[in-house]
Amino acid sequence: MLTQIPILSLLIWLPLIGGFLVLFGPGDKLLVWSQRISLLVSSVILLLTGVLLYLYNGNSGQMELIEFSSWIPSLNINYSLGVDGIAVPLIALTGFINLLVVIGAIGSIKFRRAQYFSAALIMTGLMNGVFAAQDAILFYIFWEAMLIPMFLMIGVWGGPNRIYATIKFFLFTFFGSIFMLVALIYMGQEIGSFAINDLQKMPLSMTAQTWVFVAFVAAFAVKIPMVPVHTWLPDAHVEAPTGGSVILAAIMLKMGGYGFLRFALPMTPDAASEYAWILVLFSLVAIAYIGFVALAQEDMKKLIAYSSIAHMGFVTLGIFIIFSLTASQASSMALQGAMVQMISHGLISGALFFSIGVLYDRVHSRKISDYGGVINSMPVFGALLMLFVLANAGLPGTSGFIGEFFVILSSFQADWRIAAIAATTLILGAAYSLWLYKRVVFGKPLNETIERLEDINLREKFVLISLAILILALGLYPQPLIEIMQPSIEQLLETSQSKIVEAVE
Amino acid sequence: MSTLLASLTAPTISHDFWPLLPELFLLTAASILLIVDVFSTDIDRKLSYNLAQLILISTGVIVLFQFPTSQDFLYHRHFINDPLSATIKVSVIVLASISLMFARPYILQRKILRGEYYLLHLFAVLGMMVLVSGASLLSLYLGLELMSLCLYALVAMRRREKLSAEAAVKYFVMGAIASGFILYGISFVYGVTGKIHLADIAAYLTENEASLTLRFALVFLVTGLAFKFGAVPFQMWVPDVYHGAPTSTTVFLASAPKVAAFGLAIRILVFGFAGILADWQSLLMILAVLSMLVGNLVALAQTNIKRLLAYSAIAHMGYFLLGLIAGNSEGYSASFFYILTYAITSLGGFGCLIYLAKGQQEINQIDDLKGLGMRNPWAGLLISFLFLSMAGLPPFVGFWAKLEVIKAVLNSGHIWLAIIAAAMSIIGLFYYLKVVKVIFFDKPEIENPIRAERSLRLGLGITGIAVAVLGLFPAQLMDLCQKVFQYI
Repeated sequence: MLTQIPILSLLIWLPLIGGFLVLFGPGDKLLVWSQRISLLVSSVILLLTGVLLYLYNGNSGQMELIEFSSWIPSLNINYSLGVDGIAVPLIALTGFINLLVVIGAIGSIKFRRAQYFSAALIMTGLMNGVFAAQDAILFYIFWEAMLIPMFLMIGVWGGPNRIYATIKFFLFTFFGSIFMLVALIYMGQEIGSFAINDLQKMPLSMTAQTWVFVAFVAAFAVKIPMVPVHTWLPDAHVEAPTGGSVILAAIMLKMGGYGFLRFALPMTPDAASEYAWILVLFSLVAIAYIGFVALAQEDMKKLIAYSSIAHMGFVTLGIFIIFSLTASQASSMALQGAMVQMISHGLISGALFFSIGVLYDRVHSRKISDYGGVINSMPVFGALLMLFVLANAGLPGTSGFIGEFFVILSSFQADWRIAAIAATTLILGAAYSLWLYKRVVFGKPLNETIERLEDINLREKFVLISLAILILALGLYPQPLIEIMQPSIEQLLETSQSKIVEAVE
Repeated sequence: MSTLLASLTAPTISHDFWPLLPELFLLTAASILLIVDVFSTDIDRKLSYNLAQLILISTGVIVLFQFPTSQDFLYHRHFINDPLSATIKVSVIVLASISLMFARPYILQRKILRGEYYLLHLFAVLGMMVLVSGASLLSLYLGLELMSLCLYALVAMRRREKLSAEAAVKYFVMGAIASGFILYGISFVYGVTGKIHLADIAAYLTENEASLTLRFALVFLVTGLAFKFGAVPFQMWVPDVYHGAPTSTTVFLASAPKVAAFGLAIRILVFGFAGILADWQSLLMILAVLSMLVGNLVALAQTNIKRLLAYSAIAHMGYFLLGLIAGNSEGYSASFFYILTYAITSLGGFGCLIYLAKGQQEINQIDDLKGLGMRNPWAGLLISFLFLSMAGLPPFVGFWAKLEVIKAVLNSGHIWLAIIAAAMSIIGLFYYLKVVKVIFFDKPEIENPIRAERSLRLGLGITGIAVAVLGLFPAQLMDLCQKVFQYI
């Protein structure tokens, strides 16, 4: 019976309907009901992602749970959904993070809370749509529509410089994606279909591939973000409310990586292989240079934002190093590393932003110099933050280690120098993470406010502890996640390769 | 001319007035309304308003009732009755009806309430209906002038106000020049070919090589069209007129006449001059690129919302022309879809200014929209739907319009045009976002909610919701836009 329900459609439309229901139904006047509905919908979404994990078989590496209905016949654009091993973990992450964001908002958002809930829910639906869409235009619609609630979330509930940040965020991402749209329309009208599967199979000349690849890179590099188009991220992160930062870091950045895997690699493999070195280079810059930049930050959120950019450098490194690798084993390991890094960074950065949110709600400052000796008044929080910070530094046993380790290991087989530069993150990551921790948490209480801080309450405990459990679980036993992804990654490598052969012939 | 007049009075004339019924009905009903209005003692002119709406709706119903399924040339081939003309007629009527909804409270509060206001709307619609059914250069011109004269008068409605009078003079002079250009072009065409019917001109062009004089005439025709569309470099009247005219007139001016002008463009360029497609294509290309560039870039600097919308209208004309440039029925239907959806959006976009205006006060600055999301969440949401749709963001209908025209130019091989269009829409996004930002993020100066009349709420509701619903389900409208071009 379970196989009969359109699980992917439910994952998209339930949060959307829930979001609009909260917005137009009880609203802020009946806040209790808004909270109840939001919590209920979020829990059901998490339950549904559980069902999705149960239903997903994943041995074939092909698309599963396919849903199809005709939408715009004249343009051959269809409402077609499906998931593979790359999308399933990301959808699961989305459902999980959404629940935490809704729970986290109950205490920390002080005004227009119902609208905040609805923005979070609508965004969740749209993000699930991005991961599940199997039609390029449908994908693009979710991809762009998602910007609107995020724009509002940063703009309404953000910090003092929020308007600058949110417009910058919107324009940067739109700048990238509009050219992707042109590329997708170009490809789609060449073969008369916008199905991602068809686009992946379509033969393209090298010139066309190059242009399409450039458009893809413009879209996904901005989103992930890569150096030098990363500048929107620190601004957006700093100004966004806690929940906004969490969604941004945990899921939206992952869409860039997802886009590379779903579009850039299989559709333009020759161009990707031709220009991979540039992207590898920028990834290394992100890992090494941005690590130093993070070291110099005085704002906690900014520090985490830069650390995110450095960590996403590993994702792009893992994706584009495969073109320098000869052994398919190593390629598959690099992609696994990239995928694990995405999921793990989603959890860790989410946890870190929640932690900063906890501090911000109490002290109303993000400056590191306003803190010190937090451990004295908040021991439980201090312990949890320790775990997150260590995971961010890539300590073995946490999920942060696995992804970085895989990527470094496979890049060794390409060039030891690449691996050496990538490995600097182990030092830099540890340096900026631990130094942050030391300055904020250890020492004598800085002032009376810090001395009288209340430790985290039940709600915050629930959020942080559930994240901590997942980070540890993934670090100690990543096998289930890798098993879900493995067949799809093999499949992806095959599609990315077969086109190269075609072009050579 | 004399032979033409002779042929008009010749006994062979068709007496089947059935296809002409919508126009005849509208003319008769509007004339009766004129008389009713003169003798009406109703100070609020409620009767005239209701009757005008009733007339529009009945005309629309008649057009729908006799919706043609084939292409017929009637009345000595001066009149064409095909799905394209019927579709444009229905959409023009709907647009006019919604813009009357917006106009009613506005003119009531500003004491420019006269029965003529509604009548001029009706006659302008009549002009548009004649225009889009024109199958010869003469009947096209006839319709164009009837429409334009009514619009001049509508712009001049608030004659005591300086800005309004200036706008009216500008609009009249520019409009007259444009008409002059078209007429001059027509005279050349007649001089070279000796034909006045579009079908004859098309036939002439397939048989003969187009002479330089004919191409010269085409330049005049395209220039006249560009004036009517407000495409760069013939755009200078647009901001001033949109700004100076009573907002209720701007609402109408920015929507229905654009759709009618599309009909004119299709009739002249596609029905008449398809033989020298490459010539007008390159002309339109220049117009489109300049419009997108100038419209978007100048709109960036605007603080006055009416002028912002006016420059955005210029930019939109650039995108719209992309479809025509493609030069095939796919492109024409893309343009048709673009202009229809743009007309709905701009109707709402200008309509919301009336919605917000209170008493005698006008909404001019973008900052006047401050905190609307707080004062009136529903209106804030609908208005931001409209602006986001203009920016071409999914899931609103503006996205599909952009997608279709970009697809059309890519299909015709002009990749560089698609890239310019894409790049310019980033700039466009910025100023539309600025409006959304003001609506949702800025604190209002006055906290109290807006109490708007029912017809305003209805008008804003229809346009705002249409933009969202058409964005989710665009297939039907797209199909319709394609079907009307099946005879080309």
